[in-house]
Amino acid sequence: MIKVNGRDKVWEENLTVAFLLERCKYTFPLIMVKINGKYIPKEKYKDTAIIDGDDVQVVHSIAGG
Amino acid sequence: MLEVSKKNKLLASFEFELGKVEKGYTDRRLYINLSENKIEEKPIDREVKETFTGGRGYGIWYLWDAVSSKTKWNDPENEIIFCTGPICGVTQYSGTGKTHVVSLSPETGTVNDNNVGGYLAPFLKFSGWDLLEIQGKAKEDVIIFIDGNKGKVIIEEVPGINSDTYSLIEKLTERYADDEKDKRNLSIVSSGRGAENTNLGILNVTWYDVRRRKVRIKQAGRGGTGSIFRDKKILAIITKYTGVNAGSNHAAYPELITEAGRRLTEEILGLDHIQNGMREIGTVNLLDHMQNYNCLPVHNFKFGSHPDAYKIDSKVWHQRMTQNQAGDSCWMGCAMRCSHAVDGFELTTGPLKGEKVLVDGPEYETTAGFGGNCGCFDPDFILEANFYCDNYGMDTIGVSTTIAFLMECYENNIINKEITEGLELNFGNTKAALELIHQMAEGKGFAKIAGLGIRQIKKILAEKYEADAKFLQDIGMECKGMEFSEYVTKESLAQQGGYGIANKGPQHDESWLIFMDQVNNQIPTFEDKAEALHYFPLFRTWFSIVGLCKLPWNDIEPEDNKQKYHGMEAAKVPEHVENYCWLFEGVTGKHLTPEELILQSERVHNLQRLFNLKMGFGTRKHDIIPYRAMGPVTAEEYESRKELYDLQLREIIKFNIKGKTTEEKIKVLRDYREKQYQMLCDAVYKRRGWDSNGVPTLDTIKKLKINFPEVVELVKEYQS
Repeated sequence: MIKVNGRDKVWEENLTVAFLLERCKYTFPLIMVKINGKYIPKEKYKDTAIIDGDDVQVVHSIAGG
Repeated sequence: MLEVSKKNKLLASFEFELGKVEKGYTDRRLYINLSENKIEEKPIDREVKETFTGGRGYGIWYLWDAVSSKTKWNDPENEIIFCTGPICGVTQYSGTGKTHVVSLSPETGTVNDNNVGGYLAPFLKFSGWDLLEIQGKAKEDVIIFIDGNKGKVIIEEVPGINSDTYSLIEKLTERYADDEKDKRNLSIVSSGRGAENTNLGILNVTWYDVRRRKVRIKQAGRGGTGSIFRDKKILAIITKYTGVNAGSNHAAYPELITEAGRRLTEEILGLDHIQNGMREIGTVNLLDHMQNYNCLPVHNFKFGSHPDAYKIDSKVWHQRMTQNQAGDSCWMGCAMRCSHAVDGFELTTGPLKGEKVLVDGPEYETTAGFGGNCGCFDPDFILEANFYCDNYGMDTIGVSTTIAFLMECYENNIINKEITEGLELNFGNTKAALELIHQMAEGKGFAKIAGLGIRQIKKILAEKYEADAKFLQDIGMECKGMEFSEYVTKESLAQQGGYGIANKGPQHDESWLIFMDQVNNQIPTFEDKAEALHYFPLFRTWFSIVGLCKLPWNDIEPEDNKQKYHGMEAAKVPEHVENYCWLFEGVTGKHLTPEELILQSERVHNLQRLFNLKMGFGTRKHDIIPYRAMGPVTAEEYESRKELYDLQLREIIKFNIKGKTTEEKIKVLRDYREKQYQMLCDAVYKRRGWDSNGVPTLDTIKKLKINFPEVVELVKEYQS
């Protein structure tokens, strides 16, 4: 299992940031990702692996109404 | 051009000393009584200024003074108060032209506030008035003309003129401008026939778009303020002022304003195109995200997305809205420039059928309301509904949420063709929806009921047509009498509270916490949510007391905001909060900390809550929201997100769902969610210094220095 924004999610082999965003349907263009507190730049989403037990934060910078 | 006919009559004339703005304030208000044709200058007391800061703070205080607990919205003593604010009219910082309007609402029966762009508030202030306060009722339609350069106010009787906005503002602009160049010096307030015949009336406020050579409008939309305007028989208010410049506020420290403006403008010009695209499509950029994250209201808030939503997404509006228009700033110097328009749109229905018109908008709310909520995923329909609602002076949010509710009633056979007088109000029926809008404006047939708003419609359907009152309560999306704005809140408890506990009713301008709560999960506990529901409504209130627009606060943010700050702190956009402190100090000369900023708002926000109490509302039971805002009412809704709801029942509520029917599961989920909402209210009331009934305590009002004798007496009545 991994945590995504504090909620449990099933971990799977070869999980990357890019794949996680796709799986969660996080399509918003302005998001900031941290894994175990470490900031991941957007250009590294495809290559950054998420391992079992990781704590992932995906913060959406949306202002709303 | 508006005819100067023999029927026109000068009712009153008043000459005043020209405007003298000092550190953002004029310290006086213009009072007009239409019953007595009286025009007066009144002072703004020092104590009022120190306690309530300006803008909506002043408006609420003076309205409190003007009305009793028995005053109804259409009584002559009700007032419409147009408020400026100390920062209002600054031209070096984006979003400083807002007018804030305060009155007793026909929808809620209590105090209501609106904010609206256009040039009115700055022109009013530079003419010499912090407030325009209108009381009484005229016998026939009148125009109020304020000449801020000549120092003159007149009230003129002008009977027999069609009140619909677009033709009226064109005629008035021709009549009151000396020449083409002078048109930019006018701001006009108008409404329309829809405001006369429904409770959903709006005010349209103009500015002149020099590039297009067109009069443009923004709307004070919620709560039916336009209906009061027309009930007072005001056809229009025209304010004329020439000579706005960067020094018009006579600011204390202009260099602070310039620095704040420089920082923000650089961000907008450098980052907007990769952040929200406000300069390209404005607020409608939200539509795609609401659809993708299941927050787009579809079929009267039953669902949060729809396969046809792509037909009205941001790409569509980018193509339809005319791009790169400098005239899309609704106040001078605003780099956000988000008041977009569709040019040359050909109308297919109604009195202007066949004409090519400019449509101001659409904004997100209009698109989501008419598109998603009414199930009409057709941009042409949305534009036509947008245009006619504006023209008739009706609120696109109130109208679309009401029509969506009626559509669900129609599909459930609660109403039928006999009751609707032939209208087939199925979801997606654009023709019937437009016909209903035209009928509402004219006050005809079934539309007489529709125009009353959801709260009164529910009552009529239950009493006259024996509809199930409980079901109507569950699906009728109103709270305190005001229709919900366009967000699905089922999965965000914090936003449920944001809507339900909001002073004026379920409008998102008091708080918008959906993503912080539902998606980012940054406020997981009741205490976290209560803290957010303390800070953000107060922060947003501040815009209305100093004369600002909310959008440049967080619809653009510094590139590194989310890296430098975390959680709720990042959502505050600390560098922009600093800008606001600089702006306040720069204009008024008074140093302001972020904590003092919140305190300024807290006084106004609590007085508004107490105003509700004065009018017989404002307690816990008035913060109840319809269950559809909390969870699935029908089996169809439950089944549409069965996986999510089943998971919550199993994992959170620990309910064994094996062998249970959908109805059984709905009941258990409902019981849980309703209790969660009540627990949220407990936490929020505690954080705000209110008692368990939602009433500010004596300690709170004393701490805020709003413990005036009348307020203390009122609070004592509710003490247990």
